[in-house]
This record gives sequence, structure tokens and C-alpha cells, in this order.
Amino acid sequence: MTALADPTHEVHPGEQAPALRVRDLVVRYGTGRRARSTPPAVDGVSFDIAPGETLGLVGESGSGKSTIGKAVLGLQRPTAGTVEVAGQDVTAMSLKQRSRQVADLRVVFQDPYSSLNPARTIGQTLVEPLRLMGVTGAEALARARSGLESVGLPAEAVDRRPAQFSGGQRQRIAIARALVCDPKVVVLDEPVSALDLSTQAQVLNLLADLRDQRGLSFLFIAHDLGVVRFLSQRTVVLYRGQVMETGPAEQVAQRPRHPYTLALTAAAPVPRPAEQAARRAAREAAGFGTAGAASPSATGCPFVPRCPFSTDVCVDQRPPLRLLDGSLTACHHAERVPQP
Amino acid sequence: MSVLPLDAADDVTTEPGPPARRRVPDVLRRPGGLLAAGWLIFIVVASLTAPWWRPYGVAEQDLANRLALPSAEHWLGTDPLGRDLLSRIFTAGTEPLLSSAVTVLVAFGIGLPLALIAAERGPRVERVISRVTEVFLALPSTILLLAVIGVIGVRIFIIMAVLGVLISAAVYRVMLGVAQSVRTRLYVDAARVNGLGSLRVNVVHVLPSMATVIAVQAAQLYGIGLLIVAGLAFLGFGPAEPDPSWGFMIQDASSYVFNAPWLMVPTGLVLALTVIAANELADAIAGKAAGETAPVRRRRSPARTAPAEIPPADPAAVLEVRDLTIAVDDGPDLVTGVSFALRPGRVLGLVGESGCGKTMTARSLLGLLPDGVSVRGGAIHWRGQDLVGRTEKELSAVRGREIAMISQEPMVALDPMFSVAYQLTQPIRRFRGVGRGEARRIAAELLRNVGIVDAERVLKSYPHQLSGGMAQRVCIALALTGEPELLIADEPTTALDVTVQAEILTLLRALVRDTGLSVVIVSHDLGVVADICDDVAVMYAGTVVESGTAAAVLDGPRHPYTQALLAANPHVPDGVAVPARLASIPGTVPPPGSWPTGCRFASRCQFAQDQCRAPFPAEPAHGIGSVLCVRADELAGAHLSWDADPVGAAPTPATTPTAGASR
Repeated sequence: MTALADPTHEVHPGEQAPALRVRDLVVRYGTGRRARSTPPAVDGVSFDIAPGETLGLVGESGSGKSTIGKAVLGLQRPTAGTVEVAGQDVTAMSLKQRSRQVADLRVVFQDPYSSLNPARTIGQTLVEPLRLMGVTGAEALARARSGLESVGLPAEAVDRRPAQFSGGQRQRIAIARALVCDPKVVVLDEPVSALDLSTQAQVLNLLADLRDQRGLSFLFIAHDLGVVRFLSQRTVVLYRGQVMETGPAEQVAQRPRHPYTLALTAAAPVPRPAEQAARRAAREAAGFGTAGAASPSATGCPFVPRCPFSTDVCVDQRPPLRLLDGSLTACHHAERVPQP
Repeated sequence: MSVLPLDAADDVTTEPGPPARRRVPDVLRRPGGLLAAGWLIFIVVASLTAPWWRPYGVAEQDLANRLALPSAEHWLGTDPLGRDLLSRIFTAGTEPLLSSAVTVLVAFGIGLPLALIAAERGPRVERVISRVTEVFLALPSTILLLAVIGVIGVRIFIIMAVLGVLISAAVYRVMLGVAQSVRTRLYVDAARVNGLGSLRVNVVHVLPSMATVIAVQAAQLYGIGLLIVAGLAFLGFGPAEPDPSWGFMIQDASSYVFNAPWLMVPTGLVLALTVIAANELADAIAGKAAGETAPVRRRRSPARTAPAEIPPADPAAVLEVRDLTIAVDDGPDLVTGVSFALRPGRVLGLVGESGCGKTMTARSLLGLLPDGVSVRGGAIHWRGQDLVGRTEKELSAVRGREIAMISQEPMVALDPMFSVAYQLTQPIRRFRGVGRGEARRIAAELLRNVGIVDAERVLKSYPHQLSGGMAQRVCIALALTGEPELLIADEPTTALDVTVQAEILTLLRALVRDTGLSVVIVSHDLGVVADICDDVAVMYAGTVVESGTAAAVLDGPRHPYTQALLAANPHVPDGVAVPARLASIPGTVPPPGSWPTGCRFASRCQFAQDQCRAPFPAEPAHGIGSVLCVRADELAGAHLSWDADPVGAAPTPATTPTAGASR
């Protein structure tokens, strides 16, 4: 895929640089011949995130969404492509260099149980990144305490250890750790998928409030389109490491243009039995193939084996992203996808 | 490798530990660990201070009292030259105790940093280091030690340091595995993203999590070192006479083993005790890390409240659970007063958040409660017979044949060592009494029934060759081998992708339609419940708060908790805009043992009033179901329902960490 400026995002040329810019990202795991013969985990992904914007990265397991998060954070070296934070190319920088030059990028991980060191107090965990930025002890502790309060926890929690908190509370602590250094961009890697519904709602509301108050940019990685739709302005749908569709979150969820997005939205169950029965009937009528039934061809569209709309051209040619109704869609037959 | 068990995604907090610092290490709370540590401290202190307190010099001879038994003058007796054993044993202790420590320090000083580097730098560096250590592992260390002695003479500290170098390869091997597993934890990644340097990541985040394994390995290695020092001295490679050494004293004693057997006892005992103490200490540390606790006494006959023979309320029901109470033995209740009924060919959903008791309830139907948890009251009527209080043998006639189960993790439910064909044909032959060929034919048919097209290929596969969705299909086929009438599905789609989840739900629905199977499905996802369930029981804090047909409960929820769960769901109906903020429930679920009297949801409920804090009965609702809310009618009359959080409101979670037992 060529470095294509994304026409759907809100920044106009000539304005300030995007908070995060990813161009033609390719990540292959492993080394040697075996790695070259297997398809890459991430295959030519590009996107921009404007300041204050949330971009949802959605896909199922194996879609490469977490790998993109790791590559953006510098935890995984990209095979090709670039990552820019606030206009600065950080692709080749080590994590230490990054933190020295761009203290603007932080992360909240999925699992609130392994993302906090059980041996350290919450205060030690929160102070650690501040001390690295040269904040003095007393000042750092004060910021840690106010950071906890901003996520709705008591400041006294600094003296406690992670084991004393529930999953939702731990996730708030992880958010406080990410925000304590006033970053511009936060990578949220499935931040609510380990949480119960009521706790999930608390954390999603908190993230929305913090974003609006501080003008944060989020790269929000999730497998649940409903959750992504709630928090994001734009959505990127990934399948087998490739972008299938990208556009305004509302549009992607309500009027999917790519057959895979349609499969994804149709499969998400809603808690209203009558509506769910209708959705189920529609999904079964669409005739999507079984997941993992066959491997796609290397040259064509990765969704071919499951796609009810596919033709010979889909097997031979990988469809480029093209603009359709305000979304970018990588499908030869996007016009044939039924619209509600 | 001993990775501390993580409290699985359970939203109930663990008991608050001691605030910041630990007072007594847990190891010393076990008698074995305490004794071992005590002995090691005693022997080290006594040996190092021996020159100041020993009653006799090491070469001081009492020729009148040779080979003496213990007496007032010589507490442990004397040797063939009339020298005091007590003085000699403790004087001899210094060398093996210190030189073994040298081995441990050198072995870890080399092995541990190499392991940390290899784990950090990835496969290329790891491969180089591992190949080099393999060369070390291939060297015959005994021969090498003797060769070193031949060159430099009996300089025990240098010899033991050489031994440490040789053993460091083995230490590296063990530590590499641990370090690699610790490095996969997310807090290590979080620290790296924060820009923490490599050294500090290792010292602050990786090493503390490895401490237990390090301690265990070091203690064991120390014991081995002691034996090697003694062995060398026994062979004559020790301090020259008259300086004492444990090995030489044992060698000396072995030549008098018939006419003075006592001579062997004190030295042998001290050496044996010291080695055993090192190993026992290692065990104590390892046991602590594995989360060992005092064994819970399991009450065989659960104290049940009067098993009153009441006729079933619903004559058509195949399963009827009435007033079920499940409790930790000698502990709090986990589930109380749960009642529901299931007619043949229907699907019942048990729905709620983690810690609400839905899985416990489902498992009790099969008598599969964890150790230390049992049914304390109520009845489980299965086709007219009460399953509560049945013996394992009676239950095993029901399990698989009448009631089968599928679990959340299909990959864990299948044995990785055996092919799918083997795992399917075994129960088929047992349940149906057929031969091998017939069993295989049935297995292939079952796989086709669960929607697997290429059944023959899947039969030959091993679990790791299957995708998650395929593995769950195989698990369902496995559950169907005994032709059960009731299937209990514990979060059967939670671990699966959403498109695969839809396929599995479609499959379950087809099975119910085609075979008349009844299903109890445990789920936290109201969408799944809406998709597949005919009836639903919403659980909160160990009890059913609302039940009825799925359509009635989900379309017209009457309990504030059910309303709140629906309002917290971000999946809005088609054509409706996403709300700016979702509804949420403040606080967390109260853990078992700290449930309030009256409504257990009252402390988190928008509508709670004083009347909610006194006990009240469930009221009939939704035709066949019930609602456990004293204000349900009043709220419905006033058209009140759970509100979304206002935008930008101050977050209102629990302001204090919840206390209480984790389960």
C-alpha cells in the first residue's frame, strides 16, 4: 500500500502534525526463512491520529492489532514502515531514547493483574516514570497522589499494593500510571476486556472524561466494535494484519462497507432478544464462511475464504483501499455489500 | 517454574495484607522452614566462633580417653587419638560452610546475569549463550576438579569457586526459563515504555519476581556444595592433619565402624542435618511460593437443612433447583437460596458478573464443586431424584450420561497428549459399550453433527493443531458422547472471537432444536443470553435477583441491577446514537461473608431506601419468574430506571479498597 494520506481524519494540511502517524507498517515475527514464508503479522498499515482524537483499532485474534500497539510503543521492532509521534520519527529509537526525547507516549494494558508489579506499592509504581523525567521525590509523590484522585481513587492508595485492589481499581491505577507524566498519546490495549460490564462502563466513562478534559489522543485497541464505537471518533478494522476498512466510527459500525466489517457487526450479539433474532437471521442469510476453514491466497484479499461476495478477482488481486461514502474500504465489491 | 499464581479475573479483592512491610517471612511460619533456618544459623555461628568457645584445642590429646563415648568432659566423645569431637566438628565446620557459599555465589554470579541478558536480548543472544553453557554442562566436573587439585593443590576455596563456574551453566538454564516468563508480564513492558533503563528494569521488576526460585536453587546448591567438600576431604583432599575436616573425620570413623561405632554419629549427624536443613529450607521457600496452605478438612457429609420431600412445583421440569445454598466449609456462604426450573428442550441462562456465584451454581449440578466447598442446603431435583448428598459413585452414573459439561477454555479441556480420535472414542466405548471401529464411526458422526466438515482430518489431529472455535466444537462433541439430556455450558464462548462465538451459538441452538437437549448456560454477556436463552436467571452476590423468560427480563427488566447491567452495555440498538457516557454501577460486588442483610445490591443502588436494608421475600414476576426487589412495583409505577452517568461527573467508584476473602 502506498503512503496514502487518510482523507477521513480531521486534520487539514498545514495544521499541526498529527499526534501519532503510522505509515506502511510491516511487522514480521521470527527470523530466517520460516518468517519470510509466513504472512506478516502486520501488513502495510497506515493511519493518523489527530490531537484529541481517539482511533479505534478493531479486529479478532490474529488481526495484528496488538502487534501494531507494540510497534507504536517500541516494544516490537517494525520490519518496515515508520512511526511518528508529534512529527518526530521514533521508529528507530530505543525505548530509553524515546522516553528522553518524547515523553508523550504511554500505555494501558489489557490485563490489570499482570500490568502492576505485585511487589511494589502503588506509589512506587506511579513515581517511577516521574523520577525518570527528573521530577524530585516530594513533587513526584504529590503528582502520584493527585493522579490517583483524578481516576477516582483515594490518594492514600499510594501506600498499598496491587493485591488489595479489584480488577477495575487496578485498571484505574494503570490509567493513572499512564497519565501521571501528562502524555499526548496513550495506547489503550484492550483496557476493558478483562473487566465486568459495570466496571467496564466505569472505566470507559473515565477514559472519555480524561480525554475530553486533557485533550488526549488515544489509540484504542479492542475486539469489540460496540466498545470501540463508544469511545472512538474513527475506526480501523483489521483482518490478518491488513486494513479492511477505516472511517468515522459511527459509519463503520452502522453502515459497514466491507464484508468483514459486516460479519463482525452482525456477529456481535445485542441484549434485546427480538432484535438479536432479526440480526441472527440476517447474519445466517448472508452466508459467511466458517472461521479458519481455509487459508487465503497470498496475492489476494485475506477474507476470500469466508466472504460470500468474493469472485475470481478477489483471489488474484489484493484490493486497494478506496474511498466510498466517507470510508476507506479494501474491497472489490464494496458496492454489493447490503446497506441497512 | 514457580510463577506466583495470579488471582484470575475475579473482581473480588483479596484480603488486605500487612500495610507496607512484612514482619515475619512466611517461610518461617512453617515448622520445617523454621527448624531448618534455625539449624543453619546455629551451625554457621557455632562454627565461626568455635575458636573462642571450644573446650579443647583441635590437636589437644586426652590419651586416657581415646574413642570415648559422650561424657561430662567430652560432650560428644573423643576420636582415636583422644581429641575432643565437639571442638573438632565445629572447628571443621567453617571451611565447608564458607566454601559452599563460594560455590553458590560464583554459580549465581555468573549464571544469573547471563540468564537476565539472554532473556532481555532475545533469541539470537540467547542462542549464543546457551550453546556456550552447553559446553560447560558437557564437561565431566569431578574429573576437572581433581585435575585442578593436581595443578594448584588443595586450596579448597579456589576449587569450590571452579565448581561454581561449572555449575553456573545449570543455574543459567533454570534462571533463563524463569526470567523469560517474568519478562512476559505486562508490568515489565510498562516500565520499558516509561523508559526505565535495562539494569533497573532487571533489578526492580524482574529479579524480585525471580527471588523465590533463586532462593530455592541456592539452598539446594548449597547442600550439594557441602557434600562435595566433605567428599573431597574424605578422599584426602582436605585440610592436613591435625586440622579437622568433616570428610576426613568420617573417613577416620569408617575404619573404626565396628569397634567404636559412636565415632561416626556426631560428625555424620551434623553433616546430614546441615544438608537436610538446606534442602528443607528450599522446600519451605518453594511451598510458600506455590501458595500452599494448611489442608482444608473436607466434610464428607454436608450438614444439610431438612431434606423436605416437596413435590416439584413445575411437573414438566426436568431439572429443578430449590433453595440451593453453597458454602465454604466452616466459612461463608457463596450462594444462597437459588431456585430455578428447566423444562426439556429449553435453554436457561445464569447471568451475572464475576463473583456472583453463577459458576458455583452450575458446577453443583454435577457435584463438581472445588475442594472445601459444598452444598449446605436445598435440593437439586434431576428427573425426580435429588442429586444433593449423592456419593461420587452415584454421581458418576449421572455425569456424562445424563448431564454433561463444556467449559470456557476448550484448549484446557482437551488433553494435548492425545489425538482427537482417542479422546472421543474412549468415552464413546465406555458410555455406549461399542467396539473400536464402531466408536470411531460414531466419533466422526458426532464431529459432523457439531459442524466439522472434514471430520476425518480433525480426528487425526492433536488439540494444538485446532483453532479455538474448532476445539470448542470438539469439546461439544465430547460432551455429546454419552448422549446427555442436559448440557451445562460454563461461558462456552467467552474465550472465542465474536464471529466464532456466533457460529458456536448457532451450533448449540441447532443441537437443542434437533435433539431436545436442555442447556444451562453460564455467561456474563447479556447479548449471548438474548441470542440463545429461553429463560434467564440474573445473579448478584450469590443469589438470583430476577428471573423469567429471556424476552421478558431483557426487554422489561424490573430489578435495578438488571436495568443497570443493560444500561452499562455499549451495544445500542440499530439506528440509535451512542450515548456520551454509559451508565455504571458505583463500587464493587461485596465479597462472600460481608453481604448486608436485606438487599445485597442496596449499597450500590440508585434507588435504595431504608426499607431495602431489612430482609424481604422475592415476588413473582414475568409470569414464571421472580424479582427480588422490595421497590420493584413502585419503581415500575413511577417509570424510574437506571440513569447514565452525567458527562464529566467526578468519578464515583468505591473510594476504599474492598476488604474480604477472595472467594
